[in-house]
Amino acid sequence: MPTQTTLAPAQGRHFRSQTFQFGSFFFTGLTGLATLLILGILATILIYVVAQGWQGLSWRFVSTIPEKNFFDPATTGVLPMIVGTTIRVIVMTIFVIPVGVITATYLTEYAQTTSLLTRLIRSAVNNLAGVPSIVFGLFGVGFFINFVGRNIDALFHQGESKWGHAGLIWASLTLAVMTLPVVIVATEESLRAIPPGLREASLALGASKLETIVRIVIPQALPGILTGGILAVSRAAGEVAPILFTGVAYYMSGLPKSLTNQFMDLGYHVYVLSTQSPDIEKTRPILYATVVVLLVLTFALNLVAILVRARVRKKLRALH
Amino acid sequence: MAENVLQKIAVPSLAANETKSVAGPLIEVENLSLHYGSARALKNISVQFGEKVVTALIGPSGCGKSTLLRCFNRMNDLIDGVHVEGTIRVAGHDIYGTEVDVIELRKRVGMVFQKSNPFPKSIYENVAYGLRLHGVKKKSDLVAVVEQSLRAAALWDEVKDRLHSSALGLSGGQQQRLCIARAIAIRPEIILMDEPASALDPIATAKIEDLILELKKEFTIVIVTHNMQQAARISDHTAFFYLGELIEFDSTRKIFTNPAKKQTEDYVTGRFG
Repeated sequence: MPTQTTLAPAQGRHFRSQTFQFGSFFFTGLTGLATLLILGILATILIYVVAQGWQGLSWRFVSTIPEKNFFDPATTGVLPMIVGTTIRVIVMTIFVIPVGVITATYLTEYAQTTSLLTRLIRSAVNNLAGVPSIVFGLFGVGFFINFVGRNIDALFHQGESKWGHAGLIWASLTLAVMTLPVVIVATEESLRAIPPGLREASLALGASKLETIVRIVIPQALPGILTGGILAVSRAAGEVAPILFTGVAYYMSGLPKSLTNQFMDLGYHVYVLSTQSPDIEKTRPILYATVVVLLVLTFALNLVAILVRARVRKKLRALH
Repeated sequence: MAENVLQKIAVPSLAANETKSVAGPLIEVENLSLHYGSARALKNISVQFGEKVVTALIGPSGCGKSTLLRCFNRMNDLIDGVHVEGTIRVAGHDIYGTEVDVIELRKRVGMVFQKSNPFPKSIYENVAYGLRLHGVKKKSDLVAVVEQSLRAAALWDEVKDRLHSSALGLSGGQQQRLCIARAIAIRPEIILMDEPASALDPIATAKIEDLILELKKEFTIVIVTHNMQQAARISDHTAFFYLGELIEFDSTRKIFTNPAKKQTEDYVTGRFG
């Protein structure tokens, strides 16, 4: 039998493969190449932006409130834009996390998975994720400013325009609506990953469903919830379209003093510098410097969220 | 050991649990049938379990013994499509009656699961969890009951120096004893055990068995087990189930040495199942 020849005596066989494994080599190479491509694109963007913008960067640049004509590289600054972007991201996070977590908790813990209502909510969440951001901007104007804001004015301020105009609060809420699906999906996934045995253990000790969710389920899901928050922050920090009509200003003479004030924003400022400048060549360094500041700020906001998550994880693992 | 430890405890908010009610059997099951959707898991079960004894529920997989166990603290309520007919009385109360508070029931009927499921909290917080739920706030009460529960679960000596480290760092057998400590911390009258030692090695299993014999001085225990020797060693009464029916219920000695039914004999001697 020819097959018997393959059964060589033990001392004649090697553990090392004698033949070149083309398939293995090819796919390892392919995945490696794809990774390199991503890293390459990221590196190119960063290097290009920093190379173009480094001359414009200075402590004065990030700490100065600019004059109305902010196109002069020698005198301009981006402090109000840093403040505006930071505040709108933080206020958004404060709204989106509780609403997202409560919605996800309802969907995973309370709603019957097969009911029409649940399926409706789920598909609404998924569709929300696919809506273009400019549409959220228009929604923000229509709902938050014209409906909510104006009605607050009519009811509490005798029609005086205190809330019914573009402002930080409405821009933040519009961003919160936009990033809601991210938080809901991340939270749902982390809730589903919690072993059912833990819920049973709590219920068997006489805990109500709510007590079980609050004391056992949510604390366990916290790292996953924070991941959702991190993704929401990343997405929101650079978005311009949703705030275009709901809060951002071309120019403000100072920092915003309340949540109903308009604000200047880094992303929008990049757009302004690149389209409204009287001398493109002259403003190019401050344009790219603004981009660098936006990237650093986004990274910094992310870092804060990542550090919070790391602390929570450590606490969950070590426990007191 | 377990009894002197437990008798010292007088946490006011748990005092209601201490009052043992009516004489006679603690658990009475009458014409109980249970359906999962259209499938019938339990057929017309009638049986009575006494106080402060260990009752073993045995039978091949899928015979309904775990399902019955989960009726006693209404854990089956969590599963969609479960429908229960007949009555179960615990200490004289119809636990499927309309006015029953399931939370109160589960305070009086504790449970230990097949797979040990300590909370990802400290050892101390695991045992204190049920106490906190039921309103025990005073630190000294909590500390006392946690220690006494851990002692009663024969775990104290192993964990007393690391009460505030994670329960997940314990071995499988220790975790299961912690789950028992957690269950007895709220002073239930009945402890339901669903194959509590099936995932443990023989030494850890022996410890759990010793513990069960100790606990029956204070608690009524109903245990589901696949292990015939275990049922023979630790239980006073044994109920044999097959295909959702109660085939035979008698003293453990009778079931294992001189069963009335041929089916029972075949099962306990290992001829089927």
